[in-house]
Amino acid sequence: MTDKNEKNNIKAALTLATTALLGCNNLAQAETAQKDTWEFDAAVLFYSEEDRVSAGEAIFSATKTFENDEIFNLKVTVDVLTGASANGAVAQPSVQTFTRPSGEGQYDIKAADTPLDDTFRDTRLQFNGQWTQLVADNLTASGGVHVSKEYDYLSLGLNGNLAVDFDRKNSTFSAGFSYFQDTFSPEGGIPKPLTSMLIGDNDAATWDDDFAQTRLGSEDDKTTADILLGFTQVINRRMLMQFNYSHSTVDGLLTDPFKVVSIVNSNGVSQNNIYESRPDSRVQQSLYLQSMYHFDRIVLDVSYRYMWDDWELDSHTIDTRFRIPMGDSFGKGSYLQPHIRFYQQSAAKFYRPFLVEDKALPAFASADYRIGEMTALTVGLKYGILINDGNELAFRLEYYHQTPTDAGFEDIGVLNDVDLYPSIDVTIAQVTYSF
Amino acid sequence: MKTKLKLVLLVPLIAFVTGCASLGVEPWERDLLAKDEMSLNASPVDSALDDHIYFSKEASSGGKSFGGGGCGCN
Repeated sequence: MTDKNEKNNIKAALTLATTALLGCNNLAQAETAQKDTWEFDAAVLFYSEEDRVSAGEAIFSATKTFENDEIFNLKVTVDVLTGASANGAVAQPSVQTFTRPSGEGQYDIKAADTPLDDTFRDTRLQFNGQWTQLVADNLTASGGVHVSKEYDYLSLGLNGNLAVDFDRKNSTFSAGFSYFQDTFSPEGGIPKPLTSMLIGDNDAATWDDDFAQTRLGSEDDKTTADILLGFTQVINRRMLMQFNYSHSTVDGLLTDPFKVVSIVNSNGVSQNNIYESRPDSRVQQSLYLQSMYHFDRIVLDVSYRYMWDDWELDSHTIDTRFRIPMGDSFGKGSYLQPHIRFYQQSAAKFYRPFLVEDKALPAFASADYRIGEMTALTVGLKYGILINDGNELAFRLEYYHQTPTDAGFEDIGVLNDVDLYPSIDVTIAQVTYSF
Repeated sequence: MKTKLKLVLLVPLIAFVTGCASLGVEPWERDLLAKDEMSLNASPVDSALDDHIYFSKEASSGGKSFGGGGCGCN
């Protein structure tokens, strides 16, 4: 261990419990920073779905710890996304034609293929600033701002947290809130829920007027108000636990303007595609339990989250990491960190993989597999090494596999011959340098 | 089912809050807890990137920290 790390440990020993402050990702790390210094993290991540979306994301995070223990963190994130995303329609035994979300141009999907819209391209720039300081003995406050801009999306956010330590800083209660105001202005506007996608000659004189008839307007808003309550407890010299309860209220545009639902006949043949419709509010709650345990050498980080909402969707997430020191023969301060994450969710009450014609349209319907029943598994490995006097260089490789499943809908006719629940394979690679 | 799950999570929480006197350590016993890798969020950059991915691909977000909005992820 370097001198730098030993100094860090002394500082950290005095203030460990305050790291329980919630909602500010930078704090835990910043707590161990030396005073009046800057620390930086730079990371690049590549994300690749087989045959679908690819994305690149870069983060630069700078943390300044002042002499009086105030901490400032600024984080800049850039990501670029391109590729194809499922539009929600069912696969069919024949070619299907869809209109692009902009209304300009159409695309064909081959027989038996899952309909994917391949026009997704976006660049996002995000800034986060967070200020944290002790406001009284054993009372820490933190506040932050968030700005994120994409071509068709603007998100503005605020957050605030208070954490109180007691029992020799072995216990910490914390309470936080965050509020986001998002504006979505997709190219082509916001479609009217449950109206039919217009298909035809988009060079025709009447096309623009006809397309406009399927639109509500050019943009819409969404607000998200979160409350997060937490309790952290040092159990003993080797073990630390955290319990969180979160309550999130989302109001506004929750319907995805790019998604449709197929309407099929009694033989499963698609007759029409209508734009999806979701409720304009969602209340989501979760309980989260995390435990850190230091064995003689290995550190185990395991967490479980149970989430439920008023869309009757619930989920279970188990996330586990083992940090295994490798000894200096594999590189100074090197470690390996295997990672396993299991996720399972039920379907939202209005999820429908397709609708059948001649039946009354429900008020809400979405075929977006992301609110359908699914399981997902992530396995990963991270390798870290200390270089240049204690700076950490880390490589992370992860494989993420999503398996959408049938929540009990009866396939009819030709739908029995196509894959309505295709699985998705994702490869994630990341390099991080902390200095 | 849901109620049982919530109870399973809440009971240990209440037990800790109401105070088992033997919990916790003295300041001089924090040698292991003070390590960076024992931080509850030891890799905040990894967490931020993962949160963005899972927010985009799954119907659940937050829990450990704020779920929030932030992107029109598709």
